[in-house]
Parts: sequence; structure tokens; C-alpha cells
Amino acid sequence: MRILIVGCGRVGSSLATLYDKSGHEVNVVDEDEDAVHRLEPEFHGGFFKGVGLDVGVLREAGTEGADVCLVATDGDNTNLVVAQIAREQFHVPCVVVRVFDPNRAKFFEARGLRVVCPVALTADLMHQAVSDFRGEDIE
Amino acid sequence: MNPFILVVGGGKVGANLSRELLANDFEVVVIEQNPRKHAALEKEFEQAAIMGDGTEVSVLEKAGIARADYVIAVTGDDEDNIIISQLATEKYGVKNIIARVNNPSNQQTFDMLGVRPTVSSVRTILSMVEHRLPHQRLLSLLSFEEENIQVVEVILSENSVGVGKKLRDLPLPQGILLVLILREHESVIPHGDIDLRPEDHLIIVTEEGREDEVCDLIARDRDEQS
Repeated sequence: MRILIVGCGRVGSSLATLYDKSGHEVNVVDEDEDAVHRLEPEFHGGFFKGVGLDVGVLREAGTEGADVCLVATDGDNTNLVVAQIAREQFHVPCVVVRVFDPNRAKFFEARGLRVVCPVALTADLMHQAVSDFRGEDIE
Repeated sequence: MNPFILVVGGGKVGANLSRELLANDFEVVVIEQNPRKHAALEKEFEQAAIMGDGTEVSVLEKAGIARADYVIAVTGDDEDNIIISQLATEKYGVKNIIARVNNPSNQQTFDMLGVRPTVSSVRTILSMVEHRLPHQRLLSLLSFEEENIQVVEVILSENSVGVGKKLRDLPLPQGILLVLILREHESVIPHGDIDLRPEDHLIIVTEEGREDEVCDLIARDRDEQS
């Protein structure tokens, strides 16, 4: 698959390494060129310096024709706009976006984006851990 | 009851705008997330200045977005202005919005996502400079996005194909209307007997997207291929 990753922080770089190792064609975009050091030296894919909102950079990084676009910069609004550009303008079939704020996550999920909300997930998992420990579902 | 305007972003634009709106008897609330800027706003606008991230639902609701007649997104970040506008129209059913475009290269993203109308001071200044100091023969003056109509200015040179022709002999198709000729600082109302001269500035109303066709019909160099 051709995979574009916007945001090369901990999450973005882990995903880039994962997909690169399993032989996929990976391109990464980050506004900070030092972020390239989060990728392993043997990373085969491309690294593009630029802000995700920059349609020119997205195009250069091969958004058009990508099978998957994963968006995980540190800004919720940047992520939401980049994800919409990838979907609406470049017609990437699978766009997944990280959004910290549960309210914005819910709203844009209802509009058809695939949203991962770490805050909601963490709360759910911690609640589940307590329930598991107690051996009952706590409301 | 006075119309209620919610201004998101209390920088220079937001603060000055809020002041003017209040002076014109609008009800105004302004949201600003920077504590220092918010403190200054609070001094002037008192409880109408709300501190917080204007892209957060709880902050928008505290500011009263659900009853806003107008939401104006004028933060310094284009992505924030887009999200604010989308939340306002789609989540809260706000009828009227204005979004500020900071970086003109993001304009296409606002347009693509249907966030309109937009205001860009950079673009406005640029078009004024181009109008005064044209170095291109086609300038965009005004765009009515909803109506799909735009007003352009075409500047003729000695070599333009239209020069020397009478207007009645110009092959202007439907949908392209010459409304005014600016000639040596005077305006000339077009009619069939007028012939076009070098340095004429033609004000033309056209359907969106046909500006190149206009240019090609009138202002193309004679020796240039159509």
C-alpha cells in the first residue's frame, strides 16, 4: 500500500516504521525537519518538511494516489483540516485522524471521518481495568 | 433585541472589530485564549470577554454560540478559523459566518470545505497594489462566489488583438459583459462606436472561470497563438 503519514511525532514515527518494515511505501510529512531523526536509519520511505495544511506539500508527498493517510500532528484542528483535505480533495480512500478533544472527535466522526480519540480511549480502558479488577461492570 | 455577534480571536482584528460592533449597538462576545490578551480585553469589554480555546465546544457554548446571529472567526490560525466555522454552521446551525484567511495559499482549502465568506487582508492589499501598479493584463477585482460571477479588469497593450477594433466588432460571447472602459483617468461608457486603445482598462463582468477566455479574446498579443 501507499501510505502517507502527516505528523512525525511518537505516533507518526511508530506507524511509519511499522509500515515501512512490512514493505509498504511510506511518506512522512512534518513541519520540523529534526523530526526525521525519530525515524530509524534504515527507513526506506520519504520525508517531506512542511505544514500539513500546505496542499503543495501534501501533493508532493503523494497524497494523490495514496491508499491510506494517517494524520497525527500535535494540533487537533490541523489534523481535522488535513484529514478533510485528504478525503475531499485527494480522495484518499482510508483517512484516519487523531483528535485529542472528545467533543471535536465525536462531531467529526459523525461527519464521516475515521477518528481516534486517545482521551476517550484511555478513559474507557482505565474504566475497563477497574471493572476487570473488581470482576464486575461498574457504572 | 440587538443582533448578537460572537467574535472568536481577540488579537488586533478581533479586538478592534468588537469595539466597532459595540459602538454600532451590536451585542458582542469575544473569545481569546491567550491570558495576557484576554486580560486586556476584559478590562475593556468586561464580561463580554471570555477566556478559552474558541475551538472547544464548552468554550463556544459558554460564549452563547447557540443563539449567535453571526460568528466571526478571526484567529491567527487558518485551521482554527476553519474548524470554528464548521462547528458554528454545522453543529450549532449558525446562519452567518465570516472566516479570516491569514495565509492566502490556504484560500483553496476554505473554498473546498465550503467555509465562506472569507476575508483576507493580504489578498485585499495585493489586489489593490495590482490595480495601481499592474504588471499583468488581467486582474480580478471582485468575486460574487454565491452567484458565480466575477468582475475583472483587463489592460490592453499596443499589441492586444482588441486594440483598434470597434466594440460592435468584438466577438464577446454571452456571459461576458464589458461594463466600463477606464481611459486616461476617465470612465467611458461602452457602446458600439467606441474603438479600443492601448492602455485602456476594461472592466468586465463574467461568469466565474471564464477570465482566461476574456483575456484571450481581447488582450492576447496579436502574434500570440490563440
